[in-house]
Amino acid sequence: MTRIAAIAQAEFRIALRNRWVAIAVAMMALFALVLSAAGSAPTGALGADRLSVTVASLTSLAVYLVPLVALLMAFDAIAGEVERGTLPLMLTYPLSRPELLAGKALAHLLTLALALAVGYGIAAAAAFYGDPRAATGLPALARLYWTSLLLGGTFLGIGYALSALARRPGAAAGLAIALWLVLIVLYDLGLLAAVVADNGGYFTTDIFPWLLLANPADAFRLYNLAASEATAAAAGIGGAARSIPLWQSLGAIALWPLLAFALAVAALRRLTP
Amino acid sequence: MTRLTLSRVTKRFDGQVALDDVSFGIAPGDRVALLGHNGAGKSTLMKLVLGLIPLDSGEISVLGAAPGSRRARRGVAYLPENVAFHPALTGLEQIGQYLRLRGEPASGAQALLERVGLGAAARRRIGTYSKGMRQRVGLAQALIGKPDLLILDEPTSGLDPVSRREFYALLDGLAAEGAAVLLSSHALTEVEARTDRIVILSHGVMVANDTLAGLRKRAALPIELHVAAREGQADEVARRLDGRRVNGSQVRLDCHHDDKLARLEQVAGLGALIDDVEIVPPSLEDIYSHFSRRAAP
Repeated sequence: MTRIAAIAQAEFRIALRNRWVAIAVAMMALFALVLSAAGSAPTGALGADRLSVTVASLTSLAVYLVPLVALLMAFDAIAGEVERGTLPLMLTYPLSRPELLAGKALAHLLTLALALAVGYGIAAAAAFYGDPRAATGLPALARLYWTSLLLGGTFLGIGYALSALARRPGAAAGLAIALWLVLIVLYDLGLLAAVVADNGGYFTTDIFPWLLLANPADAFRLYNLAASEATAAAAGIGGAARSIPLWQSLGAIALWPLLAFALAVAALRRLTP
Repeated sequence: MTRLTLSRVTKRFDGQVALDDVSFGIAPGDRVALLGHNGAGKSTLMKLVLGLIPLDSGEISVLGAAPGSRRARRGVAYLPENVAFHPALTGLEQIGQYLRLRGEPASGAQALLERVGLGAAARRRIGTYSKGMRQRVGLAQALIGKPDLLILDEPTSGLDPVSRREFYALLDGLAAEGAAVLLSSHALTEVEARTDRIVILSHGVMVANDTLAGLRKRAALPIELHVAAREGQADEVARRLDGRRVNGSQVRLDCHHDDKLARLEQVAGLGALIDDVEIVPPSLEDIYSHFSRRAAP
């Protein structure tokens, strides 16, 4: 435990000094402010409180931003140690490889937790300011917060795995961005195209739901939009999201971080310093 | 009991032999220098001892345990070659982290940094350190927790002559307390008399494992006599002594240890023709090349 804490403390210091904490917090705060300003119009018409509307917009934002921030923090984690020559040294200490990863993950999760708290906090404050009924949306906001951390944890794990496989920071950064594009942007476009082409056939009814659950970002979006009546209404996806039971999307977002961490451990074990 | 024992250690990378049947041991208090060219197998040997890479055949015992085992990791300190610590951390923070990884309080960091001469720079970021200072950070982490065995990969690279001397003084202290030391270097001149034994690797083969005096004796390289002739007499001196004229006044003679006195007598016999004579034993570089060349394929 001391060993994990020692790694985490140094790593968090590095994140602070490299301005990662500042960048992540500023990014989340900025986007939250923009969303609050832009999302103020449609409230009344939908019959949802203002915070639920904000949560719906924040969900769409988090799907892009949280994986990106997580991958950007993670890509250097192992490759950087390899490049500096400190990885072999670390591995001669009485420290196991999973402990090394756990320490880094702890620091990066803390950074993410701070950034999200600031960003979501700003958005929530803006919603309360404009709508006294906003308290109705608080459970949805809390849900969004901890699922965002799970989503972040997943992409941290995947980022560590890429970092260990690539061995060079440059290559790891490239892989991380490529993965983000594929999983977050292209994946959904591909599914959309397939569903349109399939026109309500076997793919749409039997394969499509599983493909949504298989992608941590999609599972995250599904869960957050479907878990609350009001957010679902605000997002306008009531029916579609409801076709997949909540426990399935929740299961997917809870399992993904564990799977991603296991992937990272396996990738690091394969690495000969 | 030896701190480190290698017996018939062999390691291949993709069919290429990196280490071939290497055996030696290090006792407590022994300082052993591992010499060889780039690619001779020094770093590979160290990584095997540390358990970072698996060996193909043979056996390695580190403090009576397997390389990389918990027992071995607890008692072994390592200084990698060209290690660069994170530039955003201060020396104090970096050493504090390593202390905690070894289960010791981070408060001991200042004392360790002072021991390697970095006390004043402890609170500065490592990014602002010179190469020699970064090397000292590496050394400081290797001193944590009184290790039984130190594995130091080119520890004096980047150190100026004064720092190098301080480093060896530190090593003397550790050895006196019973630590065993294995350090690698490119050059015999660098380790000189500051180590107890010298192991030379050449293309993965151990070509020597002896004290410096032993190596000298075994190499049996000729001693050179540098004879300075009086003005205009160099040719005459070269002819009479059967030596090589190297310039207007200098004549060189090669001779073996046993005929040294006889040759000197000959030189003395020339009396007025001679200005000066110097006895030059084979240099450390000569001895090193003698051994490391022998195994070249």
